[in-house]
Amino acid sequence: MTDVRVAGVGLTRFGNHPERTGRDLFATAALRAFEDAGVPRADVEELNYGNFMGALAEHQGHQAPLMAEAAGVRCPATRYESACASAGVAVREAVRTVRAGDADVVLAGGMERMTNLPTAEVTEGLAIAADDLFEVREGVTFPGAYALMANAYFDAYGGDREDLAHIASKNHANAVPNEYAQFRTEVSVEEAMDAPPVAEPLHLYDACPITDGASALVIVSEEYAADHDIDAPVAVTGVGQGTDRLALADRAHVAQTPAADDAAETAYAAAGVRAADVDVAEVHDCFTIAEVLAIESLGIAPRGEGITAARDGRTTADGDVPVNLSGGLKAKGHPVGATGGSQIAELTRLLRGDHPNSEHVADAEVGVAHNAGGTVASAVVHVLEVAE
Amino acid sequence: MSDDTADSGSVPATNAGYDEWLDAIADGEGYALVCPDGHGSLPPRRVCPACGSTELSREPLDATGTVETRSVVHVPSPRFAEDAPYVTAIADFGPVRVTGVVRGIDPEPDAIDAVDAIEASVGTRETDGERIVVFRPTDEA
Repeated sequence: MTDVRVAGVGLTRFGNHPERTGRDLFATAALRAFEDAGVPRADVEELNYGNFMGALAEHQGHQAPLMAEAAGVRCPATRYESACASAGVAVREAVRTVRAGDADVVLAGGMERMTNLPTAEVTEGLAIAADDLFEVREGVTFPGAYALMANAYFDAYGGDREDLAHIASKNHANAVPNEYAQFRTEVSVEEAMDAPPVAEPLHLYDACPITDGASALVIVSEEYAADHDIDAPVAVTGVGQGTDRLALADRAHVAQTPAADDAAETAYAAAGVRAADVDVAEVHDCFTIAEVLAIESLGIAPRGEGITAARDGRTTADGDVPVNLSGGLKAKGHPVGATGGSQIAELTRLLRGDHPNSEHVADAEVGVAHNAGGTVASAVVHVLEVAE
Repeated sequence: MSDDTADSGSVPATNAGYDEWLDAIADGEGYALVCPDGHGSLPPRRVCPACGSTELSREPLDATGTVETRSVVHVPSPRFAEDAPYVTAIADFGPVRVTGVVRGIDPEPDAIDAVDAIEASVGTRETDGERIVVFRPTDEA
């Protein structure tokens, strides 16, 4: 098996770019990743590209060849779709391909264009990640599904809206210095509490925004980095993926995410680390309650105690394990099919020391990225470690 | 094994298996598909998703369901534009949980929090008239 390194990362600014085509967004991220990596485009052997709703948003299927030409690479190119975990699964396959020795250089990431659609159509587009017959037809929206999980969590373990507001406030504060973030403004707990409801108990600041953006990573073998004198100090030492029943009603527990438990267990075992070793995490906080479920699945907080982690300062920038120093999906933004790649890009920058929030994790050696699809019927976990 | 849908009825269906199940809910005869180990699931289904058994039989849902979790949805998808705000809930009916829209109460968190027992029926979306699963509080609630 070959050790895997992140040679370079590239992001677009996340936000409202309704006029920008998907191909232009991905090309921007890819060129930044190549520049960051110092790897020639001609060396890329595979493109793994994540995208969720391009057929709806841009009337564009078969996007992988389009993105290969946009990025200036000529190689086998495949689109991966697992709802909001699309880029996570694309990166996981890139890591597995390099680890298996099938390629030395893979370009992985994703893109989503969303703000060119009216909000109602985006709501409908996101909802199709749920079970169409037994959920979407019965009025389950994407926020509505997480609202069902939040109330189930409150019933099972306690907690309230104010606990969730602390998560929103934390992640908005983290996004302020991040040049790629959609929202670089602080939001107080009081402002979050007073915002209008989306799906009770979730209000406006419990929800991630609608975002355009792209992410790209140049994933290489350790040998390639050494032979080509590529500076790639961060290694991907473990990956894991989990799958659950698609409909929330069919899960073993509506307030837990077993797919993420499985993904974390696999990733930690592959990396030879334990939850207690994790120094910093980027997790899939599409809604504030999702951060709670994520850190419990990752073992950063015990089951039933994740709800107070932000409020108690355990996951804030100066806490024991900072969570979502990028601002998370909540404030950095959530271009669905790009998010999994952007989390690893941000974590790589945090561990390398060139992220605006790196000062908070100066001694960090182990980072974990958690990317979820739908209501966590899909989950992908990556373990990143400082190798040099 | 036949390619005929196990639940095909006499009426032309747009989603064979599901449409017949919804008809049964409307008739007060809702059912789940249950394997010998007692795992319930909803149709169309050829394999038990919990254990892989292909021996699935129809078992009736409990007459009364228990609300497990609920939300008042204020921002709808286009198909529910004229239904919002509305209450969506997941309820336990014995062999399976079912998701539906709760009617017969005010769409307020306090109102739905007070509801425990519900009955399942079929109603229509105000927005487009399409059929949906509707829950109503039972008389004793």
